[in-house]
Formats: sequence, C-alpha cells, structure tokens
Amino acid sequence: MKKTAIIVTAVVMGLFILSWVLKANAVSATAESNYILRGFLVTIAAFLTLSVLSFLYKDNPFYKFAEHLFVGISAAFWMCLGFWSTIVGNLIPRISEGLSNAFKVPYIGGDWGNVLGIDIMNVVFIFPIIFGVMLIMRLSSNYGWISRWPLALIVGTTAGLNFVRYLQSDFIQQVSSTFVPLLGNNWTGFGDFLSNLSLDASGQLVLILANWVIFIGVFCGLIYFFFSKEHTGAFGKASRVGIWILMITFGASFGYTVMGRISLLVGRITFLFKDWLEIIS
Amino acid sequence: MKLKTVIFICLLLLATISVSAQEGTEVVPEADTTEQMPPPAPISMLTATDTDNDNGHSVTLTWEASPDDGQGAGTVMFYEIFRWVPLMRDTVEQVRSELANAEQELDIGDPTGEIKERRNRLRDEYAGLLSRYSDAYGQYPNNGIWKSVGVSPSGDTNFVDKGSKKREAFDYLPDYCDFYYQVFAVTSDDEIRTGSEIFGPVHSYGQLFNTGRIPIFAAVLFFCFMTIYFVQKAKKGADLYVRPLAGIEAVDDAIGRATEMGKPILYVLGLGTASDVATIASFTILGRVAKKVAEYQTALIVPTYDPIVMTVAQEVVKSAYIDAGRPDDFKEDTVHFVTQSQFAYVAAVNGTMLRELPATNVYMGKFFAESLLLAETGAVAGSIQIAGTDEIAQIPFFIVACDYTLIGEELYAASAYLGREPVLLGSLKAQDWAKAAIVILGITGLIAANLGWTYFTDLFQVMN
Repeated sequence: MKKTAIIVTAVVMGLFILSWVLKANAVSATAESNYILRGFLVTIAAFLTLSVLSFLYKDNPFYKFAEHLFVGISAAFWMCLGFWSTIVGNLIPRISEGLSNAFKVPYIGGDWGNVLGIDIMNVVFIFPIIFGVMLIMRLSSNYGWISRWPLALIVGTTAGLNFVRYLQSDFIQQVSSTFVPLLGNNWTGFGDFLSNLSLDASGQLVLILANWVIFIGVFCGLIYFFFSKEHTGAFGKASRVGIWILMITFGASFGYTVMGRISLLVGRITFLFKDWLEIIS
Repeated sequence: MKLKTVIFICLLLLATISVSAQEGTEVVPEADTTEQMPPPAPISMLTATDTDNDNGHSVTLTWEASPDDGQGAGTVMFYEIFRWVPLMRDTVEQVRSELANAEQELDIGDPTGEIKERRNRLRDEYAGLLSRYSDAYGQYPNNGIWKSVGVSPSGDTNFVDKGSKKREAFDYLPDYCDFYYQVFAVTSDDEIRTGSEIFGPVHSYGQLFNTGRIPIFAAVLFFCFMTIYFVQKAKKGADLYVRPLAGIEAVDDAIGRATEMGKPILYVLGLGTASDVATIASFTILGRVAKKVAEYQTALIVPTYDPIVMTVAQEVVKSAYIDAGRPDDFKEDTVHFVTQSQFAYVAAVNGTMLRELPATNVYMGKFFAESLLLAETGAVAGSIQIAGTDEIAQIPFFIVACDYTLIGEELYAASAYLGREPVLLGSLKAQDWAKAAIVILGITGLIAANLGWTYFTDLFQVMN
C-alpha cells in the first residue's frame, strides 16, 4: 500500500473514531442507555453517506468499500426476504400443516375444500414447487434445458394477460380520450367567445387550446412512431411536429423529476447537518 | 274620564290579543306539523333483475320515483331498500364471527391445540350452514325478516344490492337464491314512510361473457388478425419495410469501436422482470449484440438485477455465441446477478463502469430512478451510450446523457429491425396498422364528438 493511502486511511479512521466519541457523548446527554451504539450508528451512516458522495470526485477506496458493503448486504437481505416472505410466508402455509407448525406460521390450507380427502390447495401449490425445481435445473449441464419450460410459462402467461390489459388501457381508452370538443364544451359563437375571453385555467380559451394540443399531439406523435413508412414530405413534417411535442413533454417531465431528486439530496444533507453534526436544529 | 276609560279598554284589548297570539304560537308546536305530515306516496313499478356483466352476487333494482319525490308534497328524503333474509342468517353471522375470532386466536398461538379444534369444528358448522342457506331463502315468507340493505337518496331510481362472493364474508350474497325486495319512501321523520309492493323472487348469477368489454374483444381480434396476416406475409418472403433507427444503426459502430479499443461492452437490461415487454425486446437486442461481440471476440459484461432475467439472458447470449460459431468462447460469468436492491445495483454497475471503462454502454429495458445515475456515470467514463426504454419518466434522462436513445416503442421496433424474424416483423407491421386505426378512429370520433353523435363515442366506453 502506498504511503499516501496509509496516511489518508489513518486520518479517516481517526476522524471516524473522534466523531464516534463526540457523538456518543452528545447522545449520552439525552439518552440513558445504548449511547455508544447510537453514536456508532449515526457516525457509520454519515461515513457511508460521505463515502458514496466521494464518487462525485472520482472512484476511490471509500466508495468501493461503501459499494461492496451495500451490494453484499442488499443481496443477502433480499435473499433472506425472498425465502421468509415467499417460501415460508406464502408457500409453506398452503402446502403442509406440519411444515407450517415447524416454521411457526399459521396454516391456511383447506380453504378450497377437499376431494377424496386430499386438500385441493395443498395439491395446487405443489406446482410452483415443481416449477421452481425446474428453474434450478439450469445448474445442471445435462438437464439445463428443463429450466426453459417454466421460463416460457412465465413469459407467455404474462404476455398474454398483459395483451388484453394494454389493449384496454393503451388502445381503447386512449382512442376515446382523444374525442375532445375542439371548440370547448359550451360553444355559442365567436361573439360570445370574444366577449368572455379569459386566460383563466378553467376558461374556454385554455380548454380549447388544451384540446387542440391533445388532438395535434396524439396524431403527430403516432405518426412519429409509424415505422412502416419513410418520414418524408408531409408525413415527415407531421413526424417532426410529433418529436417536438415529445421533447417538450420530456423537458417538463425532466424538470419535475429533478425536483424530486433534489428533495432526496436535501434529506441526506439534513441528516449530515442535523443528526450528525447538529449544526442545524 | 271617558278618554281614560277608552284608553284603558284599548290597552286591555291589546294585551288580550297579544297573550292570545302568544298562546296560539305555543299551541301549534312543530311536532304537530310533523304529525300532520301525510305519508308519502309509494314508489311504483319496482323491478329487480340480476346485474348484467358481472360474476353474480348482485341484484339491480329500478323503480319509478314517488310522486312526492321533488314534486307533489316533496316530502321524500331518501329511499330505504329492504331484502327478505331468512332468520338463519343471524346464526350464519354468529358462527362466521366466532370462526373469524378463532382464526385470529390461532394466529397468536395455540400451545394446547384447543383453539385449532374449535376452529375446525366451527369451520365444519359454517360450511354446513352455508349449504342450507339457499334452501332457507326458499322458505319466504316464513322464518325470515326484512333487512335493510341500503339507502338511495331522493331523485335516484335505482340501487345495486351487491354482496360479496366470498362465503366467509359478512355480506355474502348467494347466487341462485329467491330474493324479495321492498323499497320504502322515507320522509324527514324516519317513522313516516311508505313501502312499495314486494317484488320477487329474483336470482343473482354470473355471466360467462362481459358484453361491456366487446370493444376490447374486437380490438383483440383485429390485432390478432393483422399480426397473423403480416407474419404469414413475412414468412412468404415479402419485403416488409422498417425505417432505419439511428440508435440501432449505431450499435454495430459501437461494437466495432469497442473491438478496436480492446475494451468491453456493458449491456444493462434494467430493473424489469422477464415478463416485461421492454425486457423481452431487450433480450432480442442483446442476442444481436452478443452475436456481433462473439464474431469480433470482444468482451461483454451483462450485470442483471433479476435472477430470472439473468437466466434468460444467459440463454440468449449462449445461443448467440453458438450462432456465431464460437460456443467455446461463451463464459457463464458474462451474464451475472448483482442484487435485487435498486440502488445497490446502481452502485455496482457504476463501479464496473469506472473500473472496466467499457467502450460502449447499452441500456435497454425497464429503468426507473437509476437511469440518470447510470447514464451520467457512463458519460463520465467516456463510453458511447445507447439507451432505450418504454418508461416515459426516464426517457428524458437518457436523452440528455446518452448519445442515442430509443424512445418508447422504438425499443420494440428495434428488436424487430435487428432480428428480421417474420414473427417480430409481422407484429411490428400489425402495430403500425393499429396506429393507423387509432388515427382513423380518433379523427372519426373527434368529428362525432364535436357534432354530438354520441353513439360512436359510446362504442369506446369499456366496462371494467
């Protein structure tokens, strides 16, 4: 290890211990017990936050440490969560009363009745186990092909189910949403329209403009996504209008989302300055 | 003297009139007015039918409003709907409640097994009661009572008596039972009400087809027909034109650049599952990229978020290497699982970008909040970046940080464009025809809506 790296690591470790001591001392004034642990937790949270933020400068050992810690813990966490919530929480209570008792989860089988003394739910939920075992077969070099069957079932079933859902939400309802009155809801002539002209958000002028934007936006946008014809001539011009509308929409969406991200940053900064350094109250 | 007497008499008269007036006010209290309120006229033409296009357990009632609803005496405040229920219902409800309590107690713990035994006994008893429930409804008008099932405000002329289909629910409404209904017109005084004639029997039952969703059925038929037609056409060798997509044209150049630089290509499938359409489209593009990579003998890195996606991606890449005639070059580690935590996955991929410095980053699939974090890091690492997603909220981030972006459906088109497989090309053509149909129907509907022709726009009202 380079001398500089050793010095930097030592300085950071020293600062970490100093922060731990000071934080534990500060916490002990308000909390009666566990102040050493609580001081450590706040300090480690601040250290990891700063380690991740150090990525803004460049890749470095502190970022690598935080990254590996995060990836390792989350992978293990999700695996445990998957086992305890899916297999123990959902599957076992439906397939075996004995196993449910062993894992201390309430047995919920029997709700679907019995046929010839056999619990229907117990039988039905054997299939997910079979599919799961088939998926794991891909670890075998000889029988790896078996894993393709449950995969095909997952992809095919979901695609089929989504097909109808998308047709309803993205086709029929979208078509019906474009049936808008281009002259507003209560068109009584130009004279009346001009005499009641208003820029109010619920006014007729804004409503008419909004409906025209929907009309032009939908049809020009659709033309942009038409792949069977070259975008030239009038078709190309409509397509250009379509991409302009898309870009304006994306710009608005970008700004909106960035505002949300800033609130996340504010959350971390608040943690550092309030919970850790206690500079702000 | 006379004057004084006259004044005195006048004052006396005034006082008498005043007292009488006050007494008069007191003797006509509000209650008397209410007592005098005549009962409202009853509703008429009460009918009850099974609710259409549902899975049963629901009855729809319609009637003609009381003459005193809004007009006439105007005294009707609301309508109260009664259904005849067998007395057995109380027993059913009591057993159901005890069963629910036993289930809750069982969740807490049952060291002696006594609760479980009681639960099983109650479960059997409840099942036995429900099996006799239908027969009990058939005993009308004996052994039953009228039970209020809901109210409808004045002005309304219909009511849906919808129960639960779950046998264990407190509002379980069995199908194929004889139901009898009566509707009361109620005044501001709850006691003053007039009942209608009793209507019944009526049954509830489920329908095999939901006719309210015929537009979707028609759309499915149209789309399936167009897909099959164009797939067959493509299989017969017809040249189906697909306009070039800049992002996809750049893929080959990007792979060539990576080969020249001796650096790997990073392919990110996003956070979608194997059943997401965007991920499925991404698999096709991955196959094409992997084949080129195998031909050029360039390194490929595919970190995945979902275990099933990893499995499919491994299959795709393996097949691509076999197609390229280099099955031995395929390494299982090319496609590897990272984690199912969103930001931990981002941290790992970002680290890979800065350490491996890939020449090209390809982001195709479903992306969420991690899109900008990935694309920005890739830009910092100096990689050529090509992205494609159908997540509208994330497209802006890819547009600002990547060299090429496939917007929404372009991602699906890219897979067809690259694959040139008849099935993909056929479905792409069918989608284009569907868009043409949307434009035509949209313009027709727009004209219809502006001219007030509601029969056309009503065709697109879909029931859920």
